[in-house]
This record gives sequence, C-alpha cells and structure tokens, in this order.
Amino acid sequence: MSSSLAVLWPAIAAAFLASLVEAVEALTIVLAVATVRGWRPAGLGALAGLAVLVAIVVALGPLLDRVPLHLLQFVIGVLLLLFGMRWLRKAILRSAGVIPLHDEAMAFAAETAELREQARRHEARLDWLAGLTSFKAVLLEGLEVVFIVIALSAGRGRLIAASAGALAACLLVAGVGLVLHRPLARVPENTLKFAVGVMLSAFGVFWTGEGLGVNWPGADFAIVAFAALFLAISGLAVVLARRPKAEVLP
Amino acid sequence: MTALTGLLRELVKLFVDDGALALAIIAVVAAAAILAKLVPDVSLAAGAVLLFGCLGVLFANTVRAGGR
Repeated sequence: MSSSLAVLWPAIAAAFLASLVEAVEALTIVLAVATVRGWRPAGLGALAGLAVLVAIVVALGPLLDRVPLHLLQFVIGVLLLLFGMRWLRKAILRSAGVIPLHDEAMAFAAETAELREQARRHEARLDWLAGLTSFKAVLLEGLEVVFIVIALSAGRGRLIAASAGALAACLLVAGVGLVLHRPLARVPENTLKFAVGVMLSAFGVFWTGEGLGVNWPGADFAIVAFAALFLAISGLAVVLARRPKAEVLP
Repeated sequence: MTALTGLLRELVKLFVDDGALALAIIAVVAAAAILAKLVPDVSLAAGAVLLFGCLGVLFANTVRAGGR
C-alpha cells in the first residue's frame, strides 16, 4: 500500500502540473483567437479539438490493454524519456539563462499579431483559419496531456488518479481563463516544467527498465530516488551552464 | 495536406527537439537493452546503464549547450 502511494502521488502531481502547463499554453492561443475574431471560432475550434481528443482516447484506450505489459512499459518508458528529458533540457537551459524564458504575454501578443496579419491577407477565410488555430492548439497541447496521463499510468491501474490530476488542472485553467479573459502570464511555467521534467524522466527510466526486465531495488520507491538524482544533476547543470543575461540566445 | 504534415511535424517535435539529445537517449536505451539481453541474471547492470546513461547525456548536453 505504502509502495503504491509512493508512486500514486508523484503520478497525480506530475499529471496535474504538466497539464497545468499545457492548458495555460492552449488557453493563450484560444484567447488570442477570441480577441481577434471573437469567441465563436475560438470556442468551436477548441470544442472540435476536444472532440478529436476524446475520439482518440476512446479509439486507442482499449487497444492498450491488448499490448503485453512489458512491451507497453518499454515503449511508453522510451517515449517518456524522450519527452521528459526534452522538457528538462529546456527548463535547465532557461533556468541557466541560455535560452529566454517562455512568456505567455509575449506568446499572446505574437499569436494575436499573426492572426491580424492573416486577417489582412485572407479576410474571407479568417473565421475558418481562426477556428483551425484554436483547434490545433487544443489538439496538440491536449495530446501531450493524454500522452502524459497514459504514460504515468503505464498499465499499473493509475489511469483514474492521473486522469483526475490532469482534469483538475485543465478545469482550473479553463475556469481562471474564463474569469480573467487574459493569458495566465504569472504562472511560473519554467519552474513547473523543471519539476515535471524531473518526474517524467524518473518515470521514463523506471518504465523502460521494467520493460527490459530490470528488478529495481525498492520497487516503486526507486522512482523517488531517480527523481532526486535527476533533480541533483539538473541543478548542477544549471550552475555549470549559467550564462550572463547579456549572452542569452534568441 | 499541408495542415496534416504540419500536425505530424508538431507531433514529432513533442519527443524530439534537440536531435543530439534524442539520439543519445536512444543509444543509452539500446546499450541497456543489449546488456539486459546478454546478462539477464544481472538485470540491475542494465538498469544502472540506463539510469546513469540518461543522467550523463542530460548533463553533458545541457552543459555543452551552455558553453556554446
């Protein structure tokens, strides 16, 4: 029981925090569409994106049960390593000042400008293009959420817990976004990405190893140790890669 | 068609951003898999290669990127 709790909470926390980041990014684009072209194309695009996501989950969900557990853990583990370490790399480089921090306000301004430019060029098709932008944002960010939820569960019966974490984050962001009507620029995105990158990388090592038949000492508790190691090495990398502000790459 | 290609490109980018890091991760996983196949009785050796290999490639990649 305590062993499964050791992985349950990190799984819920990772799903919640990762979904928070993705939902904030999707919200920024949907709000940009709504600002330039109104809520109709923004809302319809977002709803279409959600519908495709649901269709993907409904279609692929039952297939996962048919994949042998070790194969599933190996494939998901490798994908999780690629995904999690990519997030962690970016978070380390942003913390070290090598690449600029992601700014939701700037992303919103850039997306709004892009949509206005499209309006100038293709006035007649703009509602369609705006809806498509909203659709693509929700679909792509949503696919990341779906992947994270499935990956954190990886055939161990944690699907409901991880889904609950993800759903709570999406509802929270959607609710706050609807009330504020502006991008959530104050969310400490890089800190969240750093934490989630650490956790996803730790889960990635664990699942890949399980898929290869490795008997990790401490069973599920090994994930906590892996996360601590990833955190320590990432902290050291931030210090060694640190660059003065004037030298930040574009 | 262009939209579909763009969507697929975005999907690949979810997993592969820096090609060198992705290749290094795949190489570490391959090394661990080979070791697990060759010495299945000492599965922890494959686990150690996987864990410390991943930590090593992440560290080397980010420190190198910082020094560029």
